[in-house]
Amino acid sequence: MAKIILERLAAAFTGGEIEQIGTQHGNEWARVRRADWKRVAQFLRDDPTTLMDFASDLTAVDRLTHEPRFDVVLHLYSTVKKHRVRLYGGVPEGECAIDSIVDVWPGMNWFEREAYDLYGVRFTGHPDLRRILMYPEFVGHPLRKDYPKEKRQPLVRRSGLPGTLE
Amino acid sequence: MGLEIYTSKVYEAVKWAQKFSLFQYPFVTACCGMEFMSSAAPKYDLARFGAEFPRFSPRQADLLVVVGTITERQAPALRRIYEQMVEPKWVMAFGVCASTGGFYQNYSTVPGCDQIIPVDVYIPGCPPRPEQVLDGLYLLQQRIQAGEGHNQIILKAEKGYDVPLAAIRPLPPRPSETVETAGGKLLDTGKTT
Repeated sequence: MAKIILERLAAAFTGGEIEQIGTQHGNEWARVRRADWKRVAQFLRDDPTTLMDFASDLTAVDRLTHEPRFDVVLHLYSTVKKHRVRLYGGVPEGECAIDSIVDVWPGMNWFEREAYDLYGVRFTGHPDLRRILMYPEFVGHPLRKDYPKEKRQPLVRRSGLPGTLE
Repeated sequence: MGLEIYTSKVYEAVKWAQKFSLFQYPFVTACCGMEFMSSAAPKYDLARFGAEFPRFSPRQADLLVVVGTITERQAPALRRIYEQMVEPKWVMAFGVCASTGGFYQNYSTVPGCDQIIPVDVYIPGCPPRPEQVLDGLYLLQQRIQAGEGHNQIILKAEKGYDVPLAAIRPLPPRPSETVETAGGKLLDTGKTT
C-alpha cells in the first residue's frame, strides 16, 4: 500500500542511509542508519509525496543477543495521504544514543523520555531528558532484558514486617 | 465499681456509633474504582451500613479504602495520607492488587499495600463484586465493635483507651453543683438534679 514511501526513500537517499527495507503484513518498514535518523525523519515529514505529518508512536526494543542491541522504533502516519511506515534505528549498547526528533514532531518529547526511562537509550538534543514513569531514585532501566523483572527498589516500607528486621 | 460498669458501656456505645458512621477516604488508583462506585451507588448502597460519605480529605476520614494497584512511586503518597488521618482509623484493601499486588509481579508494583501501611480487612477479587465489598465492610464493623482494629489495638496498648477521650472523660462539675470549701477549692457535691 505504501510502497511509494519506500520508493521515495530509495530515490532520495543513496548514500547508505537506508540499510534495509521490507514489508510485513502489508506494512512497510525501513531500517535507517543511526547517524541519519533525524534527517530521514525530517525528509519523510516534509516531502510532498510522503507527508508523514503524524508520528503515532516511538519506543525501543531490547534484542539482547543481537548487534546492535537496541532498536528504536518509530511509527509514522500521514493524515493527508492516509499511509503509514515504520522506521527502525539500531542503537549499540556501548554508545547508547540516537538523535532526538523532538524538533521534527514535538509530540515525540514524552515518547523519547519513556524510551530513555525504560531502556536507557539517550536521545541527543532532547530538551528535557528525564525519567517519566519511574522515580528519580530508581537505578537502572527496567525493561532491559538483563534487568531482573522482580527487582523492586522501594521508596517506603513498614518497619517490623514479618520476616524483616526493624 | 459503679463507674467502671458505666464507662464500659460507653465504650460499647461509642464503638457501635463508630462502626455505623465510617467516613471513608477512597484512595482510588485503578479499575477497581469502577466497582467501588458501583458499591457506593444506590443499587448496592454502602450507605445502608453507615459508610455514607466519601471524604476527599484524609483529615476528615477514619476509613482508608485502598482501591487499586499501588506502585512503588505512589507508596510515599499513600503512607502520608494514612499518617494524616485522625485516630482511631481503619484501612481496607479493596481488590487483589491492593491486597497482594495481584498479577503485577514486577519491579514497579508494591506487593500489597500492607507493605506500606497496616490493613484491617482484605477484600479479594479482580475486581471484587459489590457483595464482597459489603461483606468486607460488615467484617470491619464486627472488628470495630470488638475493638480489634489495628489502630484500636495500638491506642489501647499505648494510651489505655481506644475511643475518643471526650466520650469517656468525666464532665467537669457544673458551678451550681459545687461548694466552696475553706481551702478555696471546688468540690463536687455529688448531687444530680
